[in-house]
Amino acid sequence: MLEAVNLECVRGERRLFRDVGFALAEGTLLEVVGPNGSGKTSLLRMVCGLLMPAAGEILWRGQGIRRLAEEYRGQLTYLGHHNAIKDDLSGVENLLFSETMAGGEATQKSAREALSRFGLAGFEDLPTRVLSQGQKRRVGLARLAFRARCRLWVLDEPFVALDVKAVRMIADLVANQVDSGGIVLLTTHQEVDVPVRNRQTLRLGHA
Amino acid sequence: MGSVDAFKALVRRDLLLAMRRRADVLTTLIFFVIVVSLFPLGVGPELETLREIAPGVVWVAALLASMLALGRLFSSDYADGTLEQMVLAPQPLGLLVGAKIVAHWLVSGLPLVLIAPVLGIQYDMSWEALGILMLSLAIGTPVLGLIGAVGAALTLGLRGGGVLVSLLVLPLYIPVLIFGAGAVDAAATGTGAGAHLSLLGAFLAVSLFFAPWAAALGLRISLE
Repeated sequence: MLEAVNLECVRGERRLFRDVGFALAEGTLLEVVGPNGSGKTSLLRMVCGLLMPAAGEILWRGQGIRRLAEEYRGQLTYLGHHNAIKDDLSGVENLLFSETMAGGEATQKSAREALSRFGLAGFEDLPTRVLSQGQKRRVGLARLAFRARCRLWVLDEPFVALDVKAVRMIADLVANQVDSGGIVLLTTHQEVDVPVRNRQTLRLGHA
Repeated sequence: MGSVDAFKALVRRDLLLAMRRRADVLTTLIFFVIVVSLFPLGVGPELETLREIAPGVVWVAALLASMLALGRLFSSDYADGTLEQMVLAPQPLGLLVGAKIVAHWLVSGLPLVLIAPVLGIQYDMSWEALGILMLSLAIGTPVLGLIGAVGAALTLGLRGGGVLVSLLVLPLYIPVLIFGAGAVDAAATGTGAGAHLSLLGAFLAVSLFFAPWAAALGLRISLE
């Protein structure tokens, strides 16, 4: 259960939003929509605890996320604008490293399987520097394959740079996660249909 | 258990990256070698003078080389988003910062320690003084890395951060310089380096304890 109460966001001198709140039960998808610069990324970063809200608070199962700290971060998977992969490491190396960091257990074999599921068969051992933009995004997204145990996914524009097939696949992955009891927060500018039972939409900005 | 694995994985990853980017790593070492080697050429070949300035020159060069390397500590992880993931990992951030500092020292500090005696020969230093030079650098350069990490974390993502980090950490480097060079000087003049080395050791213990957590706090602020 994730709750946000009266959040306010100030960046520089400008107030992006105020009195934003939501309450998400397990198995809910929250789509955050709004024009560029309306504070979608800031909101997601607040939910992760990367950004301190100017006012308001965020509660996970009734407790403040700042207090929960590591316990909360163990439940969280965040995917930001950056792919968080190292150019000089291969896809497999990147994936194994990020899973060890997240406290999970990935093996060479499972990492290879995940990458080929994400359409990167044959590219697993190349340094990601030589991959295309979309392929790099896929390497970044491939960590989702190991994160079904995380009860909260925060995905900032996951569909950027992906082709139609990959978009479909990520949408299904998200739907699967939501329907098996996870909470997913998502921003996107593309019209993507994520087939889930429970969804909420949060509008930011004046659009 | 997971934290230990994460620590090891991070050290291993940073060493691997350093191996694949050797040019970056060599910059620090080459800078150190050049600065130390230029002094005998500039000052002239009087052995007495060279022996006298040796501890100071080597230590100042090591200090500047460490400062030069600081820019690389967090900046690439910051740029590609891996730093964000580290902050969000369910591991104590201070521990992860510690792993980064360990790897950073192995790549940019340890080579200085190993090459210093070779450079010291140019200054006609005695064997005993060379030994103490290595020892003082081995204790002192980790302190420089630890203190520097706090500065690097605080100035991450700022324009002109390189200059700012120098201004920030230089005052804190000075005691290390005084006791590091002092130790070698004392060994050369035969008064015993023990006291200086003990103080350096004390600096190391204190900075080992506080610096990773302070740097972790700095990173959280810089990422906002």
